[in-house]
Amino acid sequence: MIGRDARRRIVTAADAAAQAVGLRVGMAATQAHALIPDLVAHDADPEGDAAGLDRLALWALKRYTPVIAATPPDGLMIEATGADHLHGGDEAMLRDLVRRLSEAGTAARVAMAPTFGAAHAFARLLPKPLVLVGDADLEQVLQALPISALRLPPATVDGLRRLGFDRVGELNATPRPPLALRFGADVGRRLDQAYGRLPEPIEPVDAPELPFVERRFAEPIAAPETIARYIEKLVVLLLEQLESDGLGARRLDLRFYRVDNLVEAIRAGTAKPTRQHKQLVRLLTDRISTIDPGYGIERMTLSAPLTEPLRYHNGSTLEDCTKPDIAELVDLLANRCGEERLFRLAAKESDVPERSVKRIEPMAAATELRWPLHWPRPSRMLKRPERIETIALLPDHPPVQFSWRRTRHKVARADGPERIYGEWANSDAELLGVRDYFLVEDDAGIRYWVFRQGDGEDGATGGQEWYMHGLFG
Amino acid sequence: MTEIGVRPAISALRDKIARIESAERRSNGALPFGIDTVDRRLPGGGLALGALHEIAGGSAGAVDAAAPALFAAGIVSRLPGQILWCMTEADLFAPALAQAGLDPDRVIYFHAGDEVSLLTAFEEGLRHGGLAAVVAEVRRLSMKASRRLQLAAEASGTVAIALRRWKRLAEASDFGQPTASATRWRVTPVPSTALPVAGVGRHRWFVELIRCRAGESADFLLEACDAQGHLALPADLADGPAAAQAWSFGTAA
Repeated sequence: MIGRDARRRIVTAADAAAQAVGLRVGMAATQAHALIPDLVAHDADPEGDAAGLDRLALWALKRYTPVIAATPPDGLMIEATGADHLHGGDEAMLRDLVRRLSEAGTAARVAMAPTFGAAHAFARLLPKPLVLVGDADLEQVLQALPISALRLPPATVDGLRRLGFDRVGELNATPRPPLALRFGADVGRRLDQAYGRLPEPIEPVDAPELPFVERRFAEPIAAPETIARYIEKLVVLLLEQLESDGLGARRLDLRFYRVDNLVEAIRAGTAKPTRQHKQLVRLLTDRISTIDPGYGIERMTLSAPLTEPLRYHNGSTLEDCTKPDIAELVDLLANRCGEERLFRLAAKESDVPERSVKRIEPMAAATELRWPLHWPRPSRMLKRPERIETIALLPDHPPVQFSWRRTRHKVARADGPERIYGEWANSDAELLGVRDYFLVEDDAGIRYWVFRQGDGEDGATGGQEWYMHGLFG
Repeated sequence: MTEIGVRPAISALRDKIARIESAERRSNGALPFGIDTVDRRLPGGGLALGALHEIAGGSAGAVDAAAPALFAAGIVSRLPGQILWCMTEADLFAPALAQAGLDPDRVIYFHAGDEVSLLTAFEEGLRHGGLAAVVAEVRRLSMKASRRLQLAAEASGTVAIALRRWKRLAEASDFGQPTASATRWRVTPVPSTALPVAGVGRHRWFVELIRCRAGESADFLLEACDAQGHLALPADLADGPAAAQAWSFGTAA
């Protein structure tokens, strides 16, 4: 990528292959061409890049969190507070983000830190492409970074280097006034922002095409009751818009602009598109306590980044209409505790017991497949099979006695074997594998599900060890 | 145990008490077990709907709660509607619940991160009113918490089942503490029905009704849930051959 810096043509970006042969950002274009004769050079397009970044920000807005800002030329600021629970926690969210971007052909580096300044630095300067730094480690990781991490103009960085500052930690330990005299207030401000001593307001992106309502306050509001009242009013306004478009909300973003320019947000999701006023208000007000109003809130906006068509359906007097919809309850619990915590268990076509169950979404459509009912299955399954010591006749007798968790049990009765073959289609290692399951009952009447690895004759089918796998009632 | 209707004075007195109680407590009906010996012991002729019931396992079952889970599944499978099943440990094996008659599409599981969110979800599910039952695998159940649950269940008519499950056997003595639940059960597996051939017969449980509001405690020897969620009296105890259906997995569609 070749761009123009004042009157020189220089390299503004180079891909991994180009960097491997010695191309550097900032190199003169003529030098680059001399270095690699068949260099593929494109003219830089800063406007195009910025537009692309905005598109990326909008995509992330719809998918991840309510407060996102583009930081040109190459970054996105994502405020993850209050939205990570919808994606299974911080780390799961970051992994998901990197995976989706890499599927789209973008090599992304992500970092999560308590401050924007620190996250900005970690994403660019730490060797790992995925970094998670908590409050406790922030200072330690930050002070080892070079001063270029601080988002200062190149001239300032050069000047500081000339004075002998290399690391952020050294700069942080230096008295401020002389630095401010020489380089202006920027150095101190960026330092404080990175360490979290100064707040850093960001201007979140908005998608103009999304249903959007807002309310400005002449007097800043802060009391939870007041906030709740205005949430109700905003939801009414938003629902009017949605109704005229025939849409139902799947996700709502409520943003609070504080008087000190910081933005707080609540994101709520629903399992089915909805225009129920009461339900949406409840989902939003349920999490007011997570909002810190600071000195007051001067503006609230409510938007629906994810909507789906919702049509009225004719109610019938034959159905029982008095029972409330389960989806409301599912949404409430999912928004409070995390979407991944609610699920249904459905049958999967697999003979291997631990693979025969899969999690599906709680409001997914009814499933067709059922587990076969003619073989006994335990009501509790151990996380992984546990080795047991047994006395058993080979090849196909159940154990006479076994020791599990240091207790010896005498087997009074047993049923089996139920032979389960490895799934050769999944992995070669399972090609010959066999498990023989037995339902055994000890002399106290407690029933266990045990299996032998292997068919009891051929060593290739398994090591003939016995395992405990589940408990019957 | 006195039979209702045998002594008119006592039954009149009972009606009077019921009328006084109903001013503050709504009766939501009952779900019979379909076994006369059990239903006779329960006020209303079955497990009260819109009430909190506690089920625990005996001996090692206090920790693994394998039999209580099936006992609960058998009860809720006979109620119409969706079930919410809250737990903190995800070791439940769904195919076994299906074998107790509980269709997998009817159950929504909630895997709570801690005991507090488990109890809130339990209560939220009861208050909602759209569910047939909420089953929650609870470790500690204080009087206060159980009262809230009982009131929530009463208001909505949803059946609340607290599956008591402890981390260690020693903690199971907690089951002696008073709670506001309507009934309290302990289910212990006992040797299965003897078969004329080698093999395990129909599973049997020793079911103790430890506490029963407006009733007396009792214990029963029962055969475990069949594929429709019905318990049965063992054939050698029941009067007549009706219960002589040995292994009946697979009889359901």
